[in-house]
Amino acid sequence: MKISATVQMAAAALRTNRLRTALTALGVIIGVGAVVTMMAIGAGAQARVAEQIRSLGSNLIIVLSGSITSGGVRLGSGSLLTITEDDARAIQRDVRSVEAAAPTIRGGVQVVFGNSNWSTALQGVTPEYFQAREWGPVSGRLIIPDDVDAASKVVVLGQTVSENLFGGTDPLDQTVRIKAVPFTVVGVLARKGQSTRGEDQDDTLLIPLSTAKKKVLGVSQANARSVGSILVKVTAPDRMAEAEALIRDLLRERHHLQPREEDDFAIRNLSEVLASQEAASRVLSLLLAAVAAVSLVVGGIGIMNIMLVSVTERTREIGLRRAIGARRRDILNQFLIEAVFVSLAGGLIGIAVGIVGSYVIGLVFQWSVLVSWAAVLPAFLFAAAVGVFFGYYPARKASRLKPIEALRYE
Amino acid sequence: MDAPLIETQGLHKDYPLGDHVVHALRGVSVTIAAGEMVAVMGPSGSGKSTFMTILGCLDTPTAGRYLLEDRDVSGLGDDDLSEIRSRRIGFVFQQFNLLPRITAQANVEMPLLYGDVSSRERRERAQRKLEVVGLQGRAAHRPAQLSGGEQQRVAIARALVNDPILLLADEPTGNLDTRTSDEIMAVVQALHRTGLSIVLVTHEPDIAQYAQRILSFRDGMLVGDEAVRDRRQARAA
Repeated sequence: MKISATVQMAAAALRTNRLRTALTALGVIIGVGAVVTMMAIGAGAQARVAEQIRSLGSNLIIVLSGSITSGGVRLGSGSLLTITEDDARAIQRDVRSVEAAAPTIRGGVQVVFGNSNWSTALQGVTPEYFQAREWGPVSGRLIIPDDVDAASKVVVLGQTVSENLFGGTDPLDQTVRIKAVPFTVVGVLARKGQSTRGEDQDDTLLIPLSTAKKKVLGVSQANARSVGSILVKVTAPDRMAEAEALIRDLLRERHHLQPREEDDFAIRNLSEVLASQEAASRVLSLLLAAVAAVSLVVGGIGIMNIMLVSVTERTREIGLRRAIGARRRDILNQFLIEAVFVSLAGGLIGIAVGIVGSYVIGLVFQWSVLVSWAAVLPAFLFAAAVGVFFGYYPARKASRLKPIEALRYE
Repeated sequence: MDAPLIETQGLHKDYPLGDHVVHALRGVSVTIAAGEMVAVMGPSGSGKSTFMTILGCLDTPTAGRYLLEDRDVSGLGDDDLSEIRSRRIGFVFQQFNLLPRITAQANVEMPLLYGDVSSRERRERAQRKLEVVGLQGRAAHRPAQLSGGEQQRVAIARALVNDPILLLADEPTGNLDTRTSDEIMAVVQALHRTGLSIVLVTHEPDIAQYAQRILSFRDGMLVGDEAVRDRRQARAA
């Protein structure tokens, strides 16, 4: 029997029981829709993490000051800042795989312009900072070596600070007061967005490191050269571990630590943190898709259930078809095609529902969602496979009926 | 004498039923010539329906041989039997067995779906057979819109659509009143006059009298084989 005729016959059989067909397909629609939606949400979360990695700057290691401890006793409470500008210079000079090492100090300040004010995080930086974070200006300029050498009173604004102090007006060459010290705005930074911890990275002020120490945040009494952290950019991702080890050795040597003493600093590999977050979000999206796939399997069981009912109801029809010349294969194909028809139609509608659902969820919850063919196509093929898998048993049952018994079935 | 269309030699059919075995046929040997019209009679449980089932290639005998057109079909596989049912045999049932949701025309076309027939040819052949049974005006009706007699005529047209050599009718008038039964038998006799071989299972002696020959079954055996002397001729419908 021709396949086209079988398909027509299956379509006719499904049309005669529209409500039942629709409800059967609904199981698949929900399943496929859920898979597509969940994968879109998962892909959106992954894309967001990847975006955060880009915004942070890639291949970053951060070296943080720690307290000096020796034999379990914490020493020198006034000398918490254990790393220095000279450490940063040494890292940049001696560790080959380091592209830039940027010493920074941070502090909370209030900044005033005219009669508006804003509390934000101030960072004292050197030009290497912008290189490490791959961060450029949207207007004006960044901090240059001359600013650091002269301890100039210049400031570069993050977008959030700029918006809060200046609204729509141009902040360049305006004077702002930070802790009563007047600074000239020389640049505004490009927008970075949220960090992985949800902090607004644009809510910041950047001034030269030397100026921050002398005029704003003050200097550690123990060591005037000390800094809070050093941001290190490594040349390539596969050299991160090597750079980390070299930096640790270098700093231990520079800090004269004995082999049994603990580090008086801490090294964080930010890319690693993000990579693990990315892995976590990938696992989460897989999990979501797997749960959704379960609902698709349940939809498949719905198909099987209805097909079994249908085979029983149409036993006499099957007997008649066998009597007038249908082979077992013809009966098998007829019922199998009905099942696949339902699952494919459900799959197509489910994809549409999933795409619409993804965007609705994205809008309502302000989540980033990403519908991709790489998610839609497998969902569709899976639906087809579900139709074949769960349709096969009832179809086989129909094809195995003895014609004469089927004809006499009451 | 014509060449035999059907020849059975010692047909046996056993059914397992719970713990014991039912012997539905116990050695039936009979020859039916091409172009004959034969009635098969007997009380229920006599084996007449089982005999019909085997003649129709819907089942195979447990033992014995069944030659259809000189070909032994008793040991054929399922696909070959399907092929024979499709090309050589037409069935008419007591319950009509029409599909309720499609038109008379589509019901008649259905056997052609299992052959390699284009949709145009299907339509034309079905229309011709509906004319043969006198239902050319009813092609677009669904079974529920037709009377019992008309439904059975649709079923006969469906049985004829592949131009079989043998028409098997299992109690074709069992669900019809006397007058309609007479009309159906007129159609069957008209088909017989065109040369079609017909085997008719019935328990009504009146209906059996339309045939040329009556085979009587009892307890799985052939107990009578007589020519009909006063053959009834149905009034033309």
